[in-house]
Amino acid sequence: MDQVFQVFFNLAIIERVWPFLLAGLGMTALLSLLVVPLGLLGGLAVAVAHSRGYRRLNWLLIAYVDFFRAFPPLVLLVLIYFGVPFLGIDLPKFAAVGLAFFLNTSSYYGEIIRAGIESIPRGQMDAALSSGLRYRQAMLWVILPQALRNVLPDLIGNTVEVIKLTTIASVVALPELLNNARLAQSLTYNPSPIVLAAGIYLVILWPLVRLLSRLEHKSMALH
Amino acid sequence: MTPLERFLFSFFNGDVAARYWPDILQGFLLTTYLGLAVIAAGIPLGLLLASVRSFRWLPINALIVVFADVFRALPPLMVIIILFFAFPYVEISMSAFVATWIALTLVLAAFAEEIFWAGILSVPHGQLEAARALGLRRIQGLVFIVLPQAVRLAIPPLTNRVIAITKGTALGSVVALHEILNEASSAASNSGNATPMMMGAAAYLVLFVPFVLFGRWVETRFAWKR
Repeated sequence: MDQVFQVFFNLAIIERVWPFLLAGLGMTALLSLLVVPLGLLGGLAVAVAHSRGYRRLNWLLIAYVDFFRAFPPLVLLVLIYFGVPFLGIDLPKFAAVGLAFFLNTSSYYGEIIRAGIESIPRGQMDAALSSGLRYRQAMLWVILPQALRNVLPDLIGNTVEVIKLTTIASVVALPELLNNARLAQSLTYNPSPIVLAAGIYLVILWPLVRLLSRLEHKSMALH
Repeated sequence: MTPLERFLFSFFNGDVAARYWPDILQGFLLTTYLGLAVIAAGIPLGLLLASVRSFRWLPINALIVVFADVFRALPPLMVIIILFFAFPYVEISMSAFVATWIALTLVLAAFAEEIFWAGILSVPHGQLEAARALGLRRIQGLVFIVLPQAVRLAIPPLTNRVIAITKGTALGSVVALHEILNEASSAASNSGNATPMMMGAAAYLVLFVPFVLFGRWVETRFAWKR
């Protein structure tokens, strides 16, 4: 038992690699703060455009959403990161990761927000328009606040998924938490850095997962 | 070469495609096999855990909740890395396939448990009491009265979750599992050409687009009545 502890929770090694993992955590935070808002905005644009009900446009939007939901995000990232240079374009690592995440997360957020908008009865839009609001105002002040509230658990759930997904940036050696933990493990010949990184993800994401369970059970109880 | 010719040469090269399609096919079969193995193990495990949870034995429920929380909070890639790179330090080694399979199965089981549990909760408690009053045992009430309704409610969210997690088979490429992505990227670097990547991408679309469309259909078919 003591030996297992020495292997997986080696304090001397943890002390040594701690600053390195912290730098990785900073990169994970930076990446999340970039891709979550961008994905939300993209998803909002997709969902609002879809709500206008232009048939051809909607075909395109649904094709976009389904295409990127069918594509594993890691495959998308590898394709962009290793494929784009063949076009003669030099894409910085961070930009490649950002682009792959945008295409993936905007599809998921778009689908969620679309369901939210569709959960609001049509009469509300009609009433807002007939009381003199423009479409854009009605969407922004009447429909969206209710729509987003209706799908709040799904939005939080997807955000947790996106934060977990930032680990795939390690595949293109972007120095985020998992990448640095792997590097520290191979340099120290000890798995403690990986175990510590897992602990950090747990500490950050567990409260969100708990909150999510409570929100979901509450909404379920209303049915 | 004109830019268009160069583009076609790099991304849609017939010679390269002819040379590497058997590799991509191998990867396709392995991805399919792994995906099915994950589904076949993860969903029954999740259903079992949710059923056990419905008996409300406190210490066991606490364990189930911790399990479900941990594997919903940990990134799947992190779990694969722990199994594949950390466990060998205590003499527990496993192949890339087994590591990926265990990791994704545990993650799917955790999500499935939560989804089935939410479904079980949504069945009014009076139904189980009525079943008991009619002389059914608890387990019979669960299996014949509660679960059929709970599972029906669980199908749309479960479909989406299954798609998201089986796409995670691509994560196996990080531990050199020879699935589609791994075959495609090694073929691409061997040939110095992006065509195998496009073939890999196409293979994923062939595999998952029907799944996504099925999910869309299921969502309207089993839509929650609001």
